[in-house]
Amino acid sequence: MSEVRKKAKIALEDGRVFEGLSFGADGERYGEVVFNTSMSGYQEILTDPSYKGQIVLMTYPLIGNYGVNKNDAESARMFVEGFIVKENSSIASNWASEGGLGDYLRSNGIIGLEDIDTRALTKHIRVKGAMKAVISTVESDNATLVKKASDSEGLVGRDLVREVTSSREYDWNTEGKYKVAVIDCGVKFNILRHLAARGCRQRVFPADVDHKTILDWAPDGIFLSNGPGDPEAVTYVYATVAKLLGKKPIFGICLGQQILGLALGGRTFKLKFGHHGGNQPVKELSTGKVSITSQNHGFCVDLDSVKGKGVEVTHVNLNDQTLEGMKSDKLNFTSVQFHPEAGPGPNDATYLFDRFIDKMKR
Amino acid sequence: MPKRDDIKSILIIGAGPIIIGQACEFDYSGSQACKALKQEGYKVILVNSNPATIMTDPEMADRTYVEPVTPETVAKIIEAERPDAILPTLGGQTGLNTAMKLKEMGILDKYNVKMLAADHNVIKKAENRDEFKKAMLSIGLDLPVSGLAHNMEEAETAAKKIGFPLIIRPSFTLGGTGGGIVKTREEFLKIAELGLRNSMISEILIEESIVGWKEYELEVMRDKKDNVVIICSIENFDPMGVHTGDSITVAPQQTLSDKQYQKMRDASIAIIREIGVETGGSNIQFAVNPKDGRMVVIEMNPRVSRSSALASKATGFPIAKFAAKLAVGYTLDELPNDITKKTPASFEPSIDYCVVKIPRFTFEKFRAADPTLGISMKSVGETMAIGRTFKEALQKGLRGLETGKNGLDNVKKVEALSDEDLKKAVSIPTADRIFQVKEALRRGFAVEEIFKLSGIDPWFLVNMGEIVELEKILENKLRGLRTDPASVPPDTRELLLKAKKNGFSDAQLARISGLDEQNLRGLRKKLGIIATYKLVDTCAAEFEAYTPYYYSTYEDECESVPSNKKKIMILGGGPNRIGQGIEFDYCCCHASFALKELGYETIMVNSNPETVSTDYDTSDKLYFEPLTFEDVMNIVDREKPDGVIVQFGGQTPLNLAERLLKAGVPIIGTSVESIALAEDREKFKQLLNSMKLKQPLNDTANSVEEANRKASIIGYPIVVRPSFVLGGRAMRIIYNDELLDEFMDEAVEVSPGHPVLLDKFLQNAIEVDVDALGDGETVIIGGIMEHIEEAGIHSGDSACALPPHTLSEDIIHEIRRQTVLLAESLKIKGLMNIQFAVQGDDVYVLEVNPRASRTVPFVSKATGVPLAKIAAKVMAGVTLKKQGITEPMEGLTYTSVKESVLPFTRFSGVDILLGPEMMSTGEVMGISDNFGTAFFKAEEGAGQQLPLKGSVFISVQDNDKRSIVFPAKKLYDMGFKIVATEGTAKILRNSNIDVEVVKKVHEGSPNIMERVEARSIALIINTPSSRHKHSKDAASIRSKATMKGIPCITTIAGAQASVNGIESRLRKDITVKPLQDYYKLKNKK
Repeated sequence: MSEVRKKAKIALEDGRVFEGLSFGADGERYGEVVFNTSMSGYQEILTDPSYKGQIVLMTYPLIGNYGVNKNDAESARMFVEGFIVKENSSIASNWASEGGLGDYLRSNGIIGLEDIDTRALTKHIRVKGAMKAVISTVESDNATLVKKASDSEGLVGRDLVREVTSSREYDWNTEGKYKVAVIDCGVKFNILRHLAARGCRQRVFPADVDHKTILDWAPDGIFLSNGPGDPEAVTYVYATVAKLLGKKPIFGICLGQQILGLALGGRTFKLKFGHHGGNQPVKELSTGKVSITSQNHGFCVDLDSVKGKGVEVTHVNLNDQTLEGMKSDKLNFTSVQFHPEAGPGPNDATYLFDRFIDKMKR
Repeated sequence: MPKRDDIKSILIIGAGPIIIGQACEFDYSGSQACKALKQEGYKVILVNSNPATIMTDPEMADRTYVEPVTPETVAKIIEAERPDAILPTLGGQTGLNTAMKLKEMGILDKYNVKMLAADHNVIKKAENRDEFKKAMLSIGLDLPVSGLAHNMEEAETAAKKIGFPLIIRPSFTLGGTGGGIVKTREEFLKIAELGLRNSMISEILIEESIVGWKEYELEVMRDKKDNVVIICSIENFDPMGVHTGDSITVAPQQTLSDKQYQKMRDASIAIIREIGVETGGSNIQFAVNPKDGRMVVIEMNPRVSRSSALASKATGFPIAKFAAKLAVGYTLDELPNDITKKTPASFEPSIDYCVVKIPRFTFEKFRAADPTLGISMKSVGETMAIGRTFKEALQKGLRGLETGKNGLDNVKKVEALSDEDLKKAVSIPTADRIFQVKEALRRGFAVEEIFKLSGIDPWFLVNMGEIVELEKILENKLRGLRTDPASVPPDTRELLLKAKKNGFSDAQLARISGLDEQNLRGLRKKLGIIATYKLVDTCAAEFEAYTPYYYSTYEDECESVPSNKKKIMILGGGPNRIGQGIEFDYCCCHASFALKELGYETIMVNSNPETVSTDYDTSDKLYFEPLTFEDVMNIVDREKPDGVIVQFGGQTPLNLAERLLKAGVPIIGTSVESIALAEDREKFKQLLNSMKLKQPLNDTANSVEEANRKASIIGYPIVVRPSFVLGGRAMRIIYNDELLDEFMDEAVEVSPGHPVLLDKFLQNAIEVDVDALGDGETVIIGGIMEHIEEAGIHSGDSACALPPHTLSEDIIHEIRRQTVLLAESLKIKGLMNIQFAVQGDDVYVLEVNPRASRTVPFVSKATGVPLAKIAAKVMAGVTLKKQGITEPMEGLTYTSVKESVLPFTRFSGVDILLGPEMMSTGEVMGISDNFGTAFFKAEEGAGQQLPLKGSVFISVQDNDKRSIVFPAKKLYDMGFKIVATEGTAKILRNSNIDVEVVKKVHEGSPNIMERVEARSIALIINTPSSRHKHSKDAASIRSKATMKGIPCITTIAGAQASVNGIESRLRKDITVKPLQDYYKLKNKK
C-alpha cells in the first residue's frame, strides 16, 4: 500500500478527463466509453467480442472480488479497449478462482483504471451520450489526451466484425441431433454452450462466409451471432443473410438481429449511450411476460423501418420501448436484441433457444 | 392487468409490539401497504396492538383497531367489519401466524374472506419444514441432511442419524426462537425440548450443521402473471451459524461470480414458483460451502421481512408498497419505478455503492445472558451505512452504531488479550468479534488463519486488513499534524483524502494526529476535503432519478443540490436499542409531516433501515447517515437549514445538541440551555427549590467514599445511577453499603468522568408520567399516565393507564400545576415529559425531560391528539393558540393501558424481575371503557395471556403478605385454585382461602419447580424481597415460568391490576372497537 502506484487517465472527446490509478497493462488505447450496470460478471464482459472498440466502465464499484477462471471466459481473449472500475479488489476470493483481475488484464494487454469517480463519469455519459475517448498510462497532458480522443476514429461506420470473427471455420462440437451453422461476428461462447446443451452440432463460420458454403453444409438451422460496432458497416454479412432468408430456420442475437433488420431493408440507429447491463426488462408481447435480460448494444433496429416487411414485433424494452425481438413466420426467422444466453446476467430468456430447436425439429 | 374490483375492503394484520426479531420494519412495511391500498380506493381495516406505529395513526386506515393481534381478537374484528380480503404477508411472522390460525379456526371461510398474496397452503408449504424440504427436493435443489421430530424420541433418532454438531430449528417461530446449534447430547436435550415447545405445532427440524459456510439472502418479488424479479442480494459477513439478524450483512453479494450468483437467482425463482407465493415479496436464504461451492437452500419467508426493509433501503426499491399493489392485482410492469418515473418496476435494481448493516446488541443489560451469537436472534436494533466501498461503509456503520466507536477502532479490552485468547475470541461469534478480528489483523495474523478460526470470507478480511494498513500509515504520517493548511504537504493531503475515502472519521483522524476533532475538521475543510453526496437511485445512474435519497462519500461530484426553500432538518434516533426505539422514530416522522404541512422543506437524517423515517417519501430529502457530530455537520454545511430539531430522536441527537449549537447550528425548540439545565442535577435542584417543588432527597458523588458518606445522609434505600445514560442503564435500587460498593465499580466503567447520582428511593409510591406541550405562552397537558407498578421500576417497563385509574382529583390538579410551572420556567418550546412520584398526598418530581418522550405516541393514540406534530409546529413558530389546541384529555370516555413487552424468552436463565434499569423492547396498548378490560387486553397484546381458571401460585415477601390477601381472595372467589409455599399459605388461610401447599425447590419433591415444569400452574405471583438478596430458587422459577409461557407477576400492584383484568374479562367478553369510533365518542362529549 505504501509503494507509489502508477497513474492512469481517461480523456473524453468533450474535454472531460479523469485521473486514477493503473491496475492493468501499460499503454494507450482508443475506444468509445460505455458503462455497464451489471454488478457481477466482469470476466464475461471483458471477453465479450461485442466490446471491441469500447472502453468499459463498471458502475458497480467493487470489481475483481471473486477473481477469474477459465470457465467464465466468453471468447479466447479480451476485446475491450480498456476497463474502468472504482476499486479493483486486491484479493480474489472464490473457490473457483484461478487468478486476480489485475494479472488477467495485464496478461491480455488491457489497461485498467481505478479510483476515479465512476458515478460522475457514468452520469456524464448518460447526459452527453457515449463518446470517443482515450485511456492511457503513458501520456499525462490532458489537452494532448483530449485531442487524441477527439481525433480518434469512433464506432460509427466502422466494421469491427472483421477484427473479431474467427479466421477460419471450425466445429464447436461434432456430435448432435441438429446441425447449426453459426455466422461468427464475434460469437460468445455461452451461445455455443447453450446450443450444444440442447443437442446441436455446430460449425462456426467466419463472418465473410458466402451463403453457398453454408447451404452446402446442409444445416438444420442458421445462427447469427452478436458482435461489435456499427451494423450498417458489415454490408457483406447482411448481403449473405438476405440470400439465406427463408431457406432454413434462422435465429439471431444482438448484432444478429440488426443484420436481419438490414437484410430486410430496414435501418439501424445509434442509441444515446446504449444498453449495457443485466437488469433490462423485456416484454414478450404474445404472453405479456417480462424477462429480466442481459443486454449489450449501442445500436438498434429502427422499428418503423421494418414495418410492412412481414415482420412481427415480438419483444419490446420496457425502459425505452425500443425493439427487442422480432420474427417472421414466412421467412422463418426469430431474433432478439438482448442476450438470452446470459453470460453475464439472468437466465430468464433461455426459452428462446428451445424455440429455435423446435423450429429445426419441424 | 388492472387492480381487482371484486374486493372492496382489506384487512391488514400488523406485527404487534416490537420484540427481538420483529421490530419497526413492520411498521415501515405496514404503513406503505396502508398508504398504497388506500390510494387505490380500498377500504383498509387495520389491526395492530402497537401504538408507537405510524400505521396506527388514524388517518392511515379507514378502521384502525389497536387491539391484541391474536386470532381470537382478529376473528372478532372480521366479524364486525366483514372484510372481503385479508393481507397476511406484511405483518411479520405474527401476521402470518395469525392468518394461518384464522384459516384453521374456520373464520376466513365462515365470513368468506380471501387471503391475498399467499394462501394457507402456500404459507404451510414454506413454513413447514417437512413440506418445504419435499418441495425443494422436487425441484432438484440441495438441502442440508435433516430429520423432523415431534417429540423427544423422534428427536433422538434423528440426532443419531446425523451426528453432532447439528442444528435444531423449530417450525413456525420467529427469529429462530428456541433453536440452536448443539455439539453435545446435553445441549441437544435442552434445546430440542425448548424448540418443541416454542414451535406452534410442536415440530423441530434437526439438521446437518453447515456452520461456517457462506450465507446469502435474496429478496424476490413475484406478480400474478408470474413475473419474478430479484430486488437485492445480501451476503453475510458472519458465516452460517449466526442468525442473519445478528450478522453483519453486506449488499449486494460480493464474492460470487456471475455464474454462481445466477444459479442462486434461478433457484430463488424456482422456489417462489414451487412454493406458490402468488404475489409479493419473499426472502430466501442459501448457504454455500466455501471449499467447493455446494449450494443448499436454508429457508424461505413467504412474506415481507426484516431483510425486505433492509433491501428496500439498500436499493431504493419500495418492496412493501409494491407487494401491496401486486396483492390487489397489478403486475410489476404496470407499476412505475418511483425513482426514475419513466421506467417500470419490473426490473432488478443495480446499485453503485456498498451497503453494510450492523446489528446492535444490549448484552450489558442482561448480564446473565450468553453473549455468544447463534441461530436464535439476540440483537435489538441495527444500523445501515452506505459507502462507495466496503471499507467506507463498514467504518460508517461502526460509528453509526452509537456504541462509542468512531469506526473500526482499537478497543482496550481487546488489545489486552493474549494471542491465544485473541484466537479463541475470533473463533466465537459475538458482538465484539469485528474488533477482535481487527486486532488480529493488526498483530499480523495471516488472513488464512483468521478465516480458519472465524469462517469470515477472506475478501472481508483483506478489506479490513487494508483499513489496518492504512491506519498504520496514518499513524506514521499524521502525527504532529498542524492546523495551518499551508503546513500540510500535498502527499499528506492525498493521504487524508484517502483516509476519508476509506471511511475514517474525523474523530479517528484526530486521535491519530493528536489534533482535537474540531481542529482536524477545520483543517480538512480548508484542504478542500469535503463530503460529497451521491444518490440512491435503483439504477446505478443509468436513468435520471427524482427521489432525493442521499449518502455521503468522498468523490469528485456532489449530487445534492440545496434548494432555496425554507428548510428544517430533523435528526433521527439511529439504531433501535432498549430505551430508544420506534417511539422516537414515530415522533421524527410526525415532525416531518407537520413541517411539510407548514410548507417547509424537511430533511431527515437517520441511519436506521427499519424505520418509516428512512422511507424516501417521508421527508423532502433523506440523508442516510450516521448521527455523529461530523456526519450531521457535513450535511448542515451543505444544506444550511433554517432550523434543526434535536428533541424528537431520543438521546442520540440530544447528545449532539451542545456541540451543534457551538458550531452555530440553528437548533429550534426548547433551548439547549434548558435541556442542559434539566440534566444538571445541581441547577435543577435549585430550580425546584425556587418553585418549592419537592424532589426525593438526592446528591451526587465522584468517589466510592463520597457515595458511602452521602448515601448514609440520604438514608437507604437509595436509587443510584451514573449520569448521562439512556433507559436507566445501570440504575439500581440499593439497600446497603456493601451493594453500593459493588455498584460503584460498575458505574465508573459505564460512564467515565461523570459522577454517580444518588436519590432517596420512595417506597410504595405511585409513579406518574406526564407529557406536556409548551410554546412560551401556553402550556397544555398532553396526557397524565398513572403507572401500574410502583415507583422504582423504570417507566419504560411499567404498565400505565391514561387517564389515571386511582389518583384523586386533588393530586391530578397538583400534578397539572407543577407541570405548568416547570414548563414555564424551562421555557419549553415543544414537548416535555415529567415523571412524578406520588407518596400519600405528596407529589415529588423525579425527572424532567425537555424533549419528546417514549410515551408521546401512546398519549397521541389514547387521546387522538398528535402531540409530536403539534410540537413540531410550535417549534416552527405556530403557537398552540394559533393551532387551536385544547385539552387532549378532555372528554375521554375510555381508558387506555400501555403495557411493555420484555425480551426474557430470548435470554434463557436471566431473571425477569423489573427494576430501575429498562429492559423492555416494545409496548402495546389496550383500550376499553373500563380499566380492567383495557389492562386485560394490554396483557394479551403483550403476550401475557391472563388465565381465566386454573392454579395460581403465590409466594410473596414478608412486607407484601398483607397486601396480597385481597387479590388472592378475589382469585379464590373467582374459582382459581390457590397454591403457595408454607409461609404465604399461612397468611392466606387466615382469610378463609383454601390453599394447597407446595414445597420449595430445596425442600424436595414434588416442588414448585416441577409444577411449573409440568405447566400445571396457570399464573404466578411472586414478589422478591430485594433486588440483590432474592434467592436463586425464586429467580429460576420466574425464568422457567417465562420460558414455559406462564404469566409471572412480580409486584403487588401488578397482581391487583391483573386480578382486576381477570374479573372484568370474566364478567364480560372482550369487544373490539376502532380508534375512529373512540375518537368520535370523545368529540361528541
